[in-house]
Amino acid sequence: MRIELSVNGEPCEADVWEGESLLYALRERLGLPGSKNACEQGECGSCSVLLDGKLVCACLVLAAQAEGHEIVTVEGLAEDGRLHKVQEAFVAAGAVQCGFCTPGLVVATADLLARNVYPSDDDIREALSGNLCRCTGYAKIFDAVRMAAASL
Amino acid sequence: MARLIRTEKEVEGRYEEVWIVVDEDALDRWPAGPLTTVGQRVPRVDGLARARGQALFTADLQLPGMLHTAVLRSPYARARVISIDLEPARSAFGVRAVIGPADLDQLTDEPGYVGHAVAAVAADTFGQAQAAAERIVVEWDVLEPLLDADEAVRQESFVSDVANYERGDFERGLGGADVVVEAEYRTQVVVHNSLETHQAVCHWEDDGITIYISTQYIWGIRASMADHLGLPPDKVRVICHAMGGGFGAKNSPGDYTPIAAELAKRTARPVRCALTRREENVAAGNRNATIQRLTAAATTDGTLVALGGDFVNAVGYSGWSATTEGPMKMLYACDNVRTTQYPAKLNLPPMAAFRAPGFVEGTFGLECLLDELAVKLGIDPLELRRMNYADSDRTDDRPFSSKNLAECYRRAEPHWAKRDEVRARSRGPWKHGIGLASQIWYGGGGPPSYAWIRVGSDGRAQVVTAMQDIGTGTRTAMAQIAAEELGIPLDHVQVSLGDSARGPFASISAGSSTVPSMGPAVRSAAADAKRQIIEIAAQRFHLEERVLDLRDGQIVSTDGGSWPLTEVTGLLESGQILGQGARGPNPAGMQVLTFGVQVAEVAVDVETGEVRVDKIVAIHDVGRVINALGAESQVEGGIIQGIGHTLSEERIDDPATGSILSRTLDAYRMPTIADVPEIVSELVDIPDEHLTNLGSKGLGEPPIIPVAAAIANAIRDATGAEIRSLPITREEMLRALREAEAREKERRGAAAAV
Ligand code: FES
Ligand code: FES
Repeated sequence: MRIELSVNGEPCEADVWEGESLLYALRERLGLPGSKNACEQGECGSCSVLLDGKLVCACLVLAAQAEGHEIVTVEGLAEDGRLHKVQEAFVAAGAVQCGFCTPGLVVATADLLARNVYPSDDDIREALSGNLCRCTGYAKIFDAVRMAAASL
Repeated sequence: MARLIRTEKEVEGRYEEVWIVVDEDALDRWPAGPLTTVGQRVPRVDGLARARGQALFTADLQLPGMLHTAVLRSPYARARVISIDLEPARSAFGVRAVIGPADLDQLTDEPGYVGHAVAAVAADTFGQAQAAAERIVVEWDVLEPLLDADEAVRQESFVSDVANYERGDFERGLGGADVVVEAEYRTQVVVHNSLETHQAVCHWEDDGITIYISTQYIWGIRASMADHLGLPPDKVRVICHAMGGGFGAKNSPGDYTPIAAELAKRTARPVRCALTRREENVAAGNRNATIQRLTAAATTDGTLVALGGDFVNAVGYSGWSATTEGPMKMLYACDNVRTTQYPAKLNLPPMAAFRAPGFVEGTFGLECLLDELAVKLGIDPLELRRMNYADSDRTDDRPFSSKNLAECYRRAEPHWAKRDEVRARSRGPWKHGIGLASQIWYGGGGPPSYAWIRVGSDGRAQVVTAMQDIGTGTRTAMAQIAAEELGIPLDHVQVSLGDSARGPFASISAGSSTVPSMGPAVRSAAADAKRQIIEIAAQRFHLEERVLDLRDGQIVSTDGGSWPLTEVTGLLESGQILGQGARGPNPAGMQVLTFGVQVAEVAVDVETGEVRVDKIVAIHDVGRVINALGAESQVEGGIIQGIGHTLSEERIDDPATGSILSRTLDAYRMPTIADVPEIVSELVDIPDEHLTNLGSKGLGEPPIIPVAAAIANAIRDATGAEIRSLPITREEMLRALREAEAREKERRGAAAAV
């Protein structure tokens, strides 16, 4: 079936199979591999995107459900070529190791800070506990979120 | 001059005797401590690409016409294929090729573990391949699997020889002891679960093959695939630009690479073979379980007079047997040590190296037992460790190239001194305590490893070497080293890695060897380029070479002259200055090791068995630190993996069938951001004066090693309970508490009877 949706501010169309996930459509059909696939069943957060401004796991949303909706992926966070503060903070704080979890964490953090300008440590734990990272030990991710919050 | 030497090569604690041609390493050592770029806190040079989602992982690669693979894996731990019918898969929609046991060595008709690959399908989409694989009809003869490690030892089912070791006379030592402790420790199977699963894309072009793969060892993949395919190595090109974590599991091609290569050959298309998360939890390697039956004996003054242990490694169906007994042999200056290590072959998925294989497990046993001994002796655990400090490698009486464990202990003192304060935090059912454990491990790296550097007319440098960056920040560390040596700003250095067709041989990224193996080669390449720049500058400015130097992107002379580097390099136009460097030899006759100590503060709810880690202080000696920010992040990452290993992670096997029950990230419980304690990390940062032109050792593995023992020892401090098996689930915690209570009752009863 053919769907129409907006991705990172651009209208686009894709031919998808009824059962396929939004993550699959983004990565395989729309040329946007930034959102990662690490579990395909909502357990790791690597595929986090914004659907009409709401944080979702793209692997749990059917591509067909995105019809007519607005999606923002990690590729669309930077505006006018200027890096998103969260992206800058992740690099400056040393919160990126292999970087496979980073796109998902960046999107989830941007979502957190959009809702909560001064998140407490517990807010951060709560908001990001669905995003697994096997490398960093998370300590630098805390630093990055605090750094981004201070700079926004 | 190139020199041919016969030397020991160590990776992950495994030694091989090899011939190596080494270049002498004639550079002066840099002074200790942070320099202009080296030793500073430097953010990833490639961090932005990763944070923007632009870094290209193997998982992200799209090639025109690429096919996708599904692998049919054995549902039985031990079976024989009586018959297999691939035809239904061949005729399924979208399918381009199907292969079975007759077609490839990596596909078996006698599976020895659940997950053993039996057949594979390539189709236009992964969904089609999966649907087709389900149509393959197999008639099985299901056989009785061997799943119990002790039973395997009884049956002498081993993957390699039983390893015996003795120094001194264990029995005599034991005979002269005042205090003896004995205990059995068990560690579980844990799975690497890198976020990017194991995968490769194979593409035949001309008369060779290009392999895009998530790997820790480009050159190892090249060598083994060339061998497997019967090709000259230069016909195999291996590419890995970014990879999503390995932790030891991605050192070899696995089954997925040969499968993709075969299917690509049959279809004349690029083929991806990527493990799903479920396959990753079954068939991608693991840290094998161990059983350790240990004895420690001392005289009342705290001198260790005997250490002994039987170590059973439940290796799995294949793989190698890590030196779980290593810490017992190496950590302390005990005269009488006897160990036996049994490499049990079982019908369970094969192990793969996992961040300090053997030493993580062995340190848990040894360091817990040492604390039990300290309690019996009435000696402070830190003191007991100091009393038995090893000044040389007691396994072969070699001196250490450097050892600053005493300095680590000294720096641990202020944290350790808070024992009473921490215990006093106990309230109601929550008991607080503090524990420590030492760390010993390899991490010296070694030759060969090579780097090239080219400096263009714009005065910028490019480091070229066919190394991989597994997420540890190799690009950044190498850029720092080159910038430091060349005397140019960090952002004038680019690092090109990740392609066996571009640049010379580079080391494996395992065994904490990236920085110590590769860093000195990059420095010597930079020094070679710098020497040439100075030679040219001397001619350009009519000065002697010895009065010239390169600093902050300027050529400077001792009499105060200063010219931008581009005044010299600008003469080159399209020409380039090419520097070449090689890793020199390891110091002859010396043992190169890393050391450290960690102090853990924990709280235990004695009613529910819940364990909470409040704080870990990690102090490690890994020689010179190259990137203070990256190093800290390595330490934190190692500690969190260690906490997972200690408290929550465990592959769950069905004890009757050998099937793997934990196949998802829900069932397999890795730490999340909610589980992070306060982490204080300190690196001693004293360059090893015998090791290479950098004096740096590796840091990837040391931080995970002492975590479990430090936590278990803190639990004993808090509650008196003796942890004997990992992970410390509530059941294990409550069992240990009940046992401690019973022991206490018995003691009081005995005291009352007297
Ligand atoms: S891939 Fe969507 S949550 Fe893991
Ligand atoms: S940086 Fe590797 S998984 Fe997070």
